[in-house]
Amino acid sequence: MIEIEKLQLYYGEFQALKNIRLSIPERSITAFIGPSGCGKSTLLRTLNRMNDSIPGVRIEGRVELQGKDIYSADTEVESLRKRVGMVFQQPNPFPKSIYDNVAYGPRLHGKLKKADLDELVERSLRAASLWEEVKDNLKKSALGLSGGQQQRLCIARALAVEPEVLLMDESTSALDPISTTKIEELTRELSRSYTIVMVTHNMHQAARISDRTVFFLNGEVVEAADTQMLFSSPVDQRTEDYISGRFG
Amino acid sequence: MRAKTIDRIATGVIVAVAVLIMAVLASLIGYLLFRGLPHISWHFLTSFPQAIKAGGGIGPQLFNSIFLLVLTMIITIPLGLGAGIYMSEYAKRGPITNFIRLVVEVLSSFPSIVVGLFGLLVIVNTFNLGYSLLSGALALTVFNLPMMVRLTEQSLRSVPQEQKEAGLALGMSRWKTITSVMLPVALPSIVTGTVLAAGRVFGEAAALLFTAGMSSPRLDFTDWNPLHPTSPLNPMRPAETLAVHIWKINSEGLAPDAGEIAAGASAVLVITILLFNLGARWFGRVLYRKLTASK
Repeated sequence: MIEIEKLQLYYGEFQALKNIRLSIPERSITAFIGPSGCGKSTLLRTLNRMNDSIPGVRIEGRVELQGKDIYSADTEVESLRKRVGMVFQQPNPFPKSIYDNVAYGPRLHGKLKKADLDELVERSLRAASLWEEVKDNLKKSALGLSGGQQQRLCIARALAVEPEVLLMDESTSALDPISTTKIEELTRELSRSYTIVMVTHNMHQAARISDRTVFFLNGEVVEAADTQMLFSSPVDQRTEDYISGRFG
Repeated sequence: MRAKTIDRIATGVIVAVAVLIMAVLASLIGYLLFRGLPHISWHFLTSFPQAIKAGGGIGPQLFNSIFLLVLTMIITIPLGLGAGIYMSEYAKRGPITNFIRLVVEVLSSFPSIVVGLFGLLVIVNTFNLGYSLLSGALALTVFNLPMMVRLTEQSLRSVPQEQKEAGLALGMSRWKTITSVMLPVALPSIVTGTVLAAGRVFGEAAALLFTAGMSSPRLDFTDWNPLHPTSPLNPMRPAETLAVHIWKINSEGLAPDAGEIAAGASAVLVITILLFNLGARWFGRVLYRKLTASK
């Protein structure tokens, strides 16, 4: 699904990503783990080009989405981001009604009939397992929801533009354990139809829900393997040190 | 015990300062209203001023103030919004942008009499627009525009970064993100600030003395063709505003009731600006509720 080839990323003089090679399989969860500042979030944000707007960023190498380089000159960033949705660390619903939040993307990307839009909103909210909780309050402000609900609303909002890939940047780190469990279950569920790439600070979360895990250190990929393999028999000594809690 | 005493003293001082300021403000407004209110009547608000006889009104001046405000806002709002959006979203960080920001700040704290003289030299004489509403509006633009730019820039900057990223991540272009995500969030504070700035424009006198002029032609309130010289809507005619009128009758008024007229006009001015302020808060709140679907 996503192939990363010899990717280098610099913030001015500082090289944040070094020679990354990685392939991310379709319809599965890939988790990026590693200590703070290891480049895992930076890599995630290169996948939908959210780093573009940061001054001083320079990128070399290739990132292919279904065989096409997303950094080529003829790539439209807007249509790329439509295909690669993103959920952030802090729930960031728009200060609008629940319905308008979900309908936001579809409305901007094309004209839909009211009935079709209603259906799309319902489908997205169901997919984010939020429908039952909000179906009677669609006109209420999204800011009145709890943190966990807001995060699921953000997932619904991302799903409503019908992406192929969903990026999750530590999407549960601001939530309580119960909401976290809900989002984790939801993520598993979504990985049947979407390719999910998640950054997590929490190794146990990666071990619990991801199919593949990639361990980063100082801007390099140290080890990438099936999650079970990586946690039970890591090949690299540094991976073993990290997952057994010796640092990070 | 000592910390508690200090705390008590500090609280006392702060409360005293607050009460003092409140008292000064309240007595000022109270005095203005007390002196002016008795003279305000429908006749006073709508009739023409009298040069030597008693019983003149402030009709044309009130109209001029409002019309000038509208003209100024028509010029400033689009320019200010555009420049503010540029400063907060498009300008690259660096010495040039910082310099522009510095210039904007200096401009917004310019003494208004200097703006008036600048208007006389450049707008009235060099551009040959004469003493006219248009000259006045352009002079007011000089010091209102920087406020609009700063206001827009600050309102947009206070929109959380996460909101902006949410828009971008949904595949919106930068412009779409600004217009459909950030501006709605920033709009209530932009509107509130704009109305407050309008209050300042409404009460401005010094910048208008030499630009909009200190006289009004005998306006014909039945002629609404903006091309006729006595039409109220003609932007090229001189126009004495309410604030200028107060200054003028106080310094050179010949009518026997000049003092009363000045007091009445001052009260009208203060009441209007108070209404602007209250209206701005109310409107900003309504707009915020409407745009954010919060109750």
